Amino acid sequence: MSKALLYDSTICIGCKQCEQACAGQNKLPYDDTIAAEEHQSAHKLTCILTRGDKFMRRLCMNCKEPSCASVCPVGALQKTALGPVTYDPSKCMGCRYCMVACPFSVPKYEWDKLFPKVQKCTMCPDRLAQGKQTACAEICPTGATKFGERDDLIAEAQQRIRDNPGKYVDHVYGLNEVGGTSVLLLSAVPFETFGYRTDVSKDPMPMLTYQVLSKIPEFIPLGGMVLGGIWWITHRREEVALAESKPAAAKKNGRKP
Amino acid sequence: MSVSKTPAAPIRFTFWKLVFFFLMAAGLYATFVRFTRGLGASTHLSDQFPWGIWISFDVLCGVMLAAGGFTLTAAVHILNIKRMHSIIRPTILTAFLGYLLVCVALMYDLGRPYNIWHPLIMRNPHSVMFEVAYCVMLYTTVLALEFSPIVLERFNLQKPLKVVRAILIPLVICGVILSTLHQSSLGTLYLIVPEKLHPFWYTPLLPVFFFLSAIAVGLAMTIFESSLSSRHFGLQLELPVLQELGRVLVVVLGIYAILRLEDLWNRGALSLTVSPGHEMYLFWLEIALGIAFPLILLLQPRVRSNPDGLYLAAVLVVLGFITNRMNVSITGFEGSTGVRYFPKWTELAVTGMIIAGGFALFGLAVQYLPIFPREHLLEPAVADADRTVPKMLQVVENAGD
Repeated sequence: MSKALLYDSTICIGCKQCEQACAGQNKLPYDDTIAAEEHQSAHKLTCILTRGDKFMRRLCMNCKEPSCASVCPVGALQKTALGPVTYDPSKCMGCRYCMVACPFSVPKYEWDKLFPKVQKCTMCPDRLAQGKQTACAEICPTGATKFGERDDLIAEAQQRIRDNPGKYVDHVYGLNEVGGTSVLLLSAVPFETFGYRTDVSKDPMPMLTYQVLSKIPEFIPLGGMVLGGIWWITHRREEVALAESKPAAAKKNGRKP
Repeated sequence: MSVSKTPAAPIRFTFWKLVFFFLMAAGLYATFVRFTRGLGASTHLSDQFPWGIWISFDVLCGVMLAAGGFTLTAAVHILNIKRMHSIIRPTILTAFLGYLLVCVALMYDLGRPYNIWHPLIMRNPHSVMFEVAYCVMLYTTVLALEFSPIVLERFNLQKPLKVVRAILIPLVICGVILSTLHQSSLGTLYLIVPEKLHPFWYTPLLPVFFFLSAIAVGLAMTIFESSLSSRHFGLQLELPVLQELGRVLVVVLGIYAILRLEDLWNRGALSLTVSPGHEMYLFWLEIALGIAFPLILLLQPRVRSNPDGLYLAAVLVVLGFITNRMNVSITGFEGSTGVRYFPKWTELAVTGMIIAGGFALFGLAVQYLPIFPREHLLEPAVADADRTVPKMLQVVENAGD
């Protein structure tokens, strides 16, 4: 079954322990300066955004049908059955199409390194494989970030909205966005406040390119046939014209002028 | 062929030589910065703007500018338009150099260039980039083979020459198919970002537009390159052939213009074309340079029959569609990312060096290889090669280039 994270921004107290735990898990530096940065980067895979007394978390949505994995020419990015979208730097050739394609602009790049890696939250695939929850969910003191089965978390999120009329925006972000994501968000204020686009497609993005790409195998033999056919006709015409201009030669070939 | 055949050449050549050495020196220093300090130090790329001019110009435009290769080989070998035979060698040379330079540029842009061969064994058939990688790789091979007779002829290697000529037609067909695929796929690349790309440029028809404009630019580049060669190398201009290309160009541009208009209309984006802003100006620049002015010029027989008029129209088409590719890959993203991108000097220096390298290699090839028909002592009057020549001989003559 597919695992997921539910982040309920109304429970979050903005302690940023998830940020710290994430940095530790991914062997990235963490100090007060980094804690103050309110954007994802190659050294900060998740961040807590603050708008007045409201918080919101940003991290890789680990989409069910991720654009990044679909566009990666070498399959360095993969969607795993457990939920995480993982990254294998040894395969990556650094084309950065994943960064262009991601509808949430999540993948970040180590621009200052000579041979950079793509950096993004990969939903702690090693921990999940051991049956543990993600580092951020484990450390969260209030349960704002909750780990579990995706279906269970969706049911719980919808229950929370029903049980607390007026408390939440009536929307579980990630339920249908780009075909569904493995990170689900609840918020008291519109998601746009924190830069989450609600106008993204409800259908998986990879179909946009695949519906074109998938026609290629049919196109190749057809194209070859058409071009070959044109070649045949245009050159046959020439042969005939040649034969007609030389009746003797045509006779020898058994052709009537 | 020596440059000194035209009287004015020595002065011009010295000036361009200086430009060339300046561009090479700047480019080499930029190369040093790129490969010792990384992309961060050598570019203005950022997490918001991961693709810059090395993709926009060197790759997208580079592939587009090399489209004359498949357009002309299809016209000559598949459609059997013999008149165009005389300009096919320089066109193939342009295309071959273009693709080689695209590959060079990719080595700068890729974060881990030593893994460039990975698509060979790590396949992801769902990725447009994978398809582009394969097509570019295969088509560069095809171009190398289409180009090889010129080199083989030069060194009089008859056996391999025979082999290449025997497989020429299948080779040309492969080349046309591969080009169709990846020219359009460079547009398909952007189909996955409907929310990020400005509605001027995001359309499900992107692959069609990229393909059609590649044909237009392929024709324009052939006119451009023939005109330039005739001036620079003191060759006789193949004016009737270029005029014919000009007429085809009118038709292709017309189809493109109609489709573009219909597409904007269908998507309800037509009203945006009059809402002032950064995007609108660059959109109109693209339309004016690439479509409107060239069509106005080329629709007049007076302009079409004038070498300078043709040359001007071709240059406009090339500039217009360069603007188009830059718009799709840079301007179109500035709105959604909220970031303006302008290349760093090192990015410009590398691009400048690559362009200069292209011109220099073209010049060298013309000097040392039988590129222009005048050089062909074995093939007199190729331009008039018609039904009076026995068929067998003709096939051999037309083969391989």
